[in-house]
Amino acid sequence: MTITDNKFSRRVILQGAGAVALVGLGNMSFALPAFAAANDKYPEAAFKQKSDADAIKALYGKTAETSDKIKLDAPEIAENGAVVPVSVTTTLADVSSISFLVAENPIALVASYRIPAGTVPSVANRIKMAKTSKVTVLVEAGGKLYSADKEVKVTVGGCGG
Amino acid sequence: MASTIRVRATNNGDITEVQALIQHPMDSGFVKDSKGEIIPAHFIQQLTFEYDGKPVFSADWGGGISKDPYVKFAFKGGKKGDELKVSWVDNKGATDSTTAKIG
Repeated sequence: MTITDNKFSRRVILQGAGAVALVGLGNMSFALPAFAAANDKYPEAAFKQKSDADAIKALYGKTAETSDKIKLDAPEIAENGAVVPVSVTTTLADVSSISFLVAENPIALVASYRIPAGTVPSVANRIKMAKTSKVTVLVEAGGKLYSADKEVKVTVGGCGG
Repeated sequence: MASTIRVRATNNGDITEVQALIQHPMDSGFVKDSKGEIIPAHFIQQLTFEYDGKPVFSADWGGGISKDPYVKFAFKGGKKGDELKVSWVDNKGATDSTTAKIG
C-alpha cells in the first residue's frame, strides 16, 4: 500500500516560487467555500477556556453523563507528553460529535470532531499533555452528551519545550 | 513545496478507512524557545475530509494536538478509485488541500 502524495508536488518544486504562490491561491479558493457550505464554524470560545468544565459548557452548553458504551483507549503511562496516542470508539447510536479534553493542559479542549451520518463513531489521534492528567472524551449522541475518562501519567511533559 | 498532507484511504467493502498525516508545527503558544521567548501559536484549526461533495469527517483542533498531526477515522461507503478531498486551515489563515484515491 502506498501513501498518496499530492501529484503536483514535483512540478511545483521544479517551477519554483511563482508556482508555489499560484498553487497557494488555488487551494484557498477551494478550501474556503467547502467550510462555508458545511457550516462548520470554528468554536473559538471553547478553545479559549482553561478548565475542562468551562470548555464543555462553551462547546456544548450542557453537562455530560458518564457512559460505559464509550471505549477510551489511552496509555496508562505516557513517556512523552508531546505525543500521546488516544483513540475512542463507541456503540452509542446517532453520534454527531466526539471531543477530547485534557484537564491539566493550559487549554483543556484539544480536539472536537464532527461525525456526519454514515461516518463511523471512532477516532484516533495524537495529543499533547503538559503533565499527568485526566483525559476526557465527550460523545454527543441523539442530542445528549456522554463522557468517559482516564487518568494518564506523563513522565515528560509535552508543553515544556 | 510538496503537499503537507499524506492520506491513505482504503475501502474494505462496506467501510472506507482513512488515515491522514499532516506536516505542521502545531505550536500551542505556551512553549518557550531556547532564548526563553514564547513561540507564537501556530496550529491547524480545521481539517475537513470530503467525499462525493459532502463532508464525511471534520476536525476542530487546538494547540493541544501533537506536532505533525495524525488522525484516523472511517466512513460507510466510498468506492475504490473515487477521490477523497482533504483540506486544512490554520490560525494564521494558511491552507493546504489534496485529493487521495480510495484504494
